Amino acid sequence: MADKINIAVVGLGKMGLSHYAIANVHPMANAVACDDSRFISDVLKKNAQVTIHSDYAKMLATQDLDAVVIATPSRLHASMASAALEKGLHVFCEKPFCLNWQDSLRLAELAKDKGVVTQVGYHYRYVGAFQEVRRILNSGALGNITHVQAEAYGPVVLRHRRSTWRTDNSEGGGCLYDYAAHPLNLLNWFFGTPTQVSGSVLTRVFSEDADDQVMSTLRWDNGPTAQLSVNWSDESHRKMSTKITMIGTNGRLFADRQECQLYLRNADPELPTYTKGWNVRYTTDLTDDVWFYLRGEEYSAQLDGFITAVAQGKPDLILNDFASATETDKTMSMILANADTGMPVGEAPIVTQPAPAKRRGWFRL
Amino acid sequence: MDKLLFGDNQFFGVNHMSEEKARAQAMRFQRTDAIMDVLDVAYDAGIRTFMCTTHDQISEVADRVRADPVRYSDFQFYPCMPYAHKYANAVTDHGMLGAIRHLMPNDGLFATALAGTKALASKEMDGIARAMIDMEMKMFTGAKTPVVFIQNVFADLLIGVGFHRAFRIFHDHIQEKYGAEPAYITMNMPLLLDILEKQGIERPIICSNINKIGFRMSGGYDAYLDALKSGRVRAVAMSVYASGAIPADEAIHWISELPGVESIVFGASSAGNIRGTKALVDKYIGGRRNP
Repeated sequence: MADKINIAVVGLGKMGLSHYAIANVHPMANAVACDDSRFISDVLKKNAQVTIHSDYAKMLATQDLDAVVIATPSRLHASMASAALEKGLHVFCEKPFCLNWQDSLRLAELAKDKGVVTQVGYHYRYVGAFQEVRRILNSGALGNITHVQAEAYGPVVLRHRRSTWRTDNSEGGGCLYDYAAHPLNLLNWFFGTPTQVSGSVLTRVFSEDADDQVMSTLRWDNGPTAQLSVNWSDESHRKMSTKITMIGTNGRLFADRQECQLYLRNADPELPTYTKGWNVRYTTDLTDDVWFYLRGEEYSAQLDGFITAVAQGKPDLILNDFASATETDKTMSMILANADTGMPVGEAPIVTQPAPAKRRGWFRL
Repeated sequence: MDKLLFGDNQFFGVNHMSEEKARAQAMRFQRTDAIMDVLDVAYDAGIRTFMCTTHDQISEVADRVRADPVRYSDFQFYPCMPYAHKYANAVTDHGMLGAIRHLMPNDGLFATALAGTKALASKEMDGIARAMIDMEMKMFTGAKTPVVFIQNVFADLLIGVGFHRAFRIFHDHIQEKYGAEPAYITMNMPLLLDILEKQGIERPIICSNINKIGFRMSGGYDAYLDALKSGRVRAVAMSVYASGAIPADEAIHWISELPGVESIVFGASSAGNIRGTKALVDKYIGGRRNP
């Protein structure tokens, strides 16, 4: 176990400030910040004892660091992550990872060569209910999963307004990168990169330079068909709500941040605590307490996961490293290409005849 | 403080267990009449304190209470500020600095202060904090607000970034301008207690999760119990049922035997649950006022 790790949080917007606050009180971390806004840096310097750099390159050259947390606008991620990796630093990057998935691939390989810990801020992988979904899928108890719905709704853009980077596609903003990335990342976690993407429609509702809703159809070899339905112009939700529904040959599974509901046609010995019929597990039961709570256990847990992996030098502890985020970047590029031309992207998925009396191990997704 | 305070999560679509339930509640309580009906049940059961966020709809509740001073002669509010979503949305819309400009009153002082970002950052932070508190308090003018809380997302963000002086600014302004007790909601009670003491704030009123199973007691169950036993904190316990994980009788009985807990805050929307909790508090904790 190393001594305290030195970690710099870069970009003090909404996510960056939250990451800084969490890292700053982590018992194994010493945190500094980097932001080029005069206002933020003046306020923090005056009122809190924050070491704050205004120039990223200079900070990398002069500050003794083990790791960086990159929470700048998305178009800056690739170059900033690259610079940190070249210095041999461990890197946590906000999502989406890179706007060009070839950059993501290159950086994932570079990180592997350097043997450093990497992570991308897909915090839903740290939500108890979605972890339970993965456990259920791995047990095989749901049978062959054929039908999936992945949704996210929330109140981000509710009227016409001046563009910011969040609402400009060229800057990595828009509903696809900001919202749809989350349910897509969960689909990648459950099923991998889709074989084919079709039926993608990105629609502007209020934004001038970006999509406000995203719909798409994703298919996997010998796997399910998933429909993606995402809209960030939905005032009826108090905050972002992400949900996954699946139908398999042995039942139905639903999960959101709060709960995981599983209907089983037949009980399965691989999932001993679940019975035939409806089963409900609440995130409150599925989630471990954190040392510091700011806005949901998952935000603390993901950063704790990163800091712990860095301190122990164990990149494999990470649930969502650069390689896995590359899958999501690639999936989003498939959706964009499909929406652009109307032509399906990727080969038609292979569908072999399901084996009779399927059992775990030889017809797995 | 009263032994039992009535909370408002149930009125605003906050439910830690289920989005479906949260939506059903949001539907039911979008009319202020429906909120008043529940508050009336609580008030008539002897629960006089409504601990509430500064959500827009609360200003309508305050209007109703002010409009009937006879009916609501003992009704008091414990405001909890700020209503975080209002600010989060403004930051998304206008950026950090833009949000402050957008939310500040347009009078001469602030128009001048906000003209230069440098001045804003270095000189006027205390003034801005006080102006924000005043804006949040406006809806309660003329109503009783003997205790005023900082909301947990805000308090915990201040803890994390190290802007601890903000607690002192809040403390002094609430005492001086409103003659009220400053109080704090947090998900990290032991940590906040240390920080407040370093700011010279003694025996603060802190509201945090306190329950038998240690649910969301960040910093550790033992640290919470140590803080309570030390006599350094006047605690308000929330999530005493741990979102339904602990049977009501067992939960209240356990709390009643803890030192340092002065009040329990709970939210409910059925008359049965409200009266049930009140009866349990009467049974295990006793009369209305703390000595």
